[in-house]
Amino acid sequence: MPAQVITITSGKGGVGKTTAVANIAVALASEGAKVVCIDGDIGLRNLDVILGLENLIVYDIVDVIEGRCRLRQAMIRDKKLPELYLIPAAQTRDKNAVSPSDMNRLIKDLRNDFDFVLIDSPAGIERGFKNAIAPADRVLVVTNPEVSAVRDADRVIGILEAEEKGPGSLIINRLNPTLVKNHDMLSADDVLDLLAVELIGIVPEDEHVIIGSNRGAPVAFDPKSRAGQAFRNIAKRLRGEKVPFLDLDDTGGFWQRLQRLAGRK
Amino acid sequence: MTETNSLIQIKGLRDGLLVSLDDAPWEEQRVALLTQVDGQPAFFQGARLALDVASQVLHVNELVDLRDKLSERGIFLWAVISESPTTEKTAQLLGLATRISKPRPEEGRKFAVEDLGEETALFLHRTLRSGTRIEFVGHVVILGDVNPGAEIVAEGNVMVWGRLRGMVHAGAKGNRKAMICALDLSPTQLRIADEVSAAIRPQEHPRPEIVRINKDGKLQAELWSPG
Repeated sequence: MPAQVITITSGKGGVGKTTAVANIAVALASEGAKVVCIDGDIGLRNLDVILGLENLIVYDIVDVIEGRCRLRQAMIRDKKLPELYLIPAAQTRDKNAVSPSDMNRLIKDLRNDFDFVLIDSPAGIERGFKNAIAPADRVLVVTNPEVSAVRDADRVIGILEAEEKGPGSLIINRLNPTLVKNHDMLSADDVLDLLAVELIGIVPEDEHVIIGSNRGAPVAFDPKSRAGQAFRNIAKRLRGEKVPFLDLDDTGGFWQRLQRLAGRK
Repeated sequence: MTETNSLIQIKGLRDGLLVSLDDAPWEEQRVALLTQVDGQPAFFQGARLALDVASQVLHVNELVDLRDKLSERGIFLWAVISESPTTEKTAQLLGLATRISKPRPEEGRKFAVEDLGEETALFLHRTLRSGTRIEFVGHVVILGDVNPGAEIVAEGNVMVWGRLRGMVHAGAKGNRKAMICALDLSPTQLRIADEVSAAIRPQEHPRPEIVRINKDGKLQAELWSPG
């Protein structure tokens, strides 16, 4: 079966696109899927750092596109997961080094060898974003439960609809259940109410995500992390499994939970 | 919509229909298209139609004939797209567009209406997402939401059958009688003529409201009551 090509994008920067790509890739590959991630953020590459593969880079995506190496030479195999590969971005070039048709050609060569191709889109809605969504079969839009991130997600969804890429599926990243409970943060329902798209995952705020990113060991490896679990669930949903959403509101004790249940009519 | 008829594909564009033909003999395709049109007159009536004729070579008499046949059925042929330079030239001769640009949301959309005056309304059945801008010379009716970051600029009234959370400017050419109404009025900003009001706080239990310029020359929202 040819690969599913999934682009992860957001409009706004810093909402956790690259973290999401790394974690979903790790989760998919841990379950035995053949995965290749492509860092589309040319000039500002990060995915290699989060995956802990920075020091293995010899060739990058621009080298492939400009014919300085073969595709296979630019693919870095993960140290822990033999079925996970990374094609890194170039750090010394910019987005204009690649065109949407370059991306389509590159992905075409990967489709038959993998189950999933994950593309990490840069922030913004310009060239790099256009490159990243051009080959996508499916687009995941990452947002945070804050007004500016949601507004940018809305804009991106509008563009995806106009480009006939479908409205995309939504990942709400860094939700803090305590803040939501105190009405200090948008809830998942508030976000969905505005964006009106399919939800594919809610990832709770979790300091292990940052620690994992800094160590080059994505949190999806950590069986105890709630955020890791959320990313593993997203991976399962991408494979077509039905997985219930995490009950993030587990801050209370047994009695509070019971009260909540009783209060739910 | 895509029809089962193998010769012809019909697709709804945002501003009309795109009919794609293939390289089968022209006469066959022409008949197939007209048959299709006659089969669903209600669907095609009043449509703006762009025709993709692949590499068919068409001359003036053929295109004129088709254009007139379509026109008799209330269809406006405005564009012919072709890989053949001859056909392209023919289309240009007849004043037809030879390219349809995909509307992109970042470009504001202007709707040109001639000879219809201010009483025309633009009806859009979709949600306007952030970054969308609608400009219209008459009234605008939206069946859907207007999200924050979306803008509507109308010379007439604006009615939103949904949640209004973006920016709306009614009476944009100075009509102070223009009004704005919405089922749920929580806009980022409203303007009527040259009056501006800042955000209206979202309500817990939204109810339909109408905004007009009041006696003091300020924007005022009132709950809508039937009758």
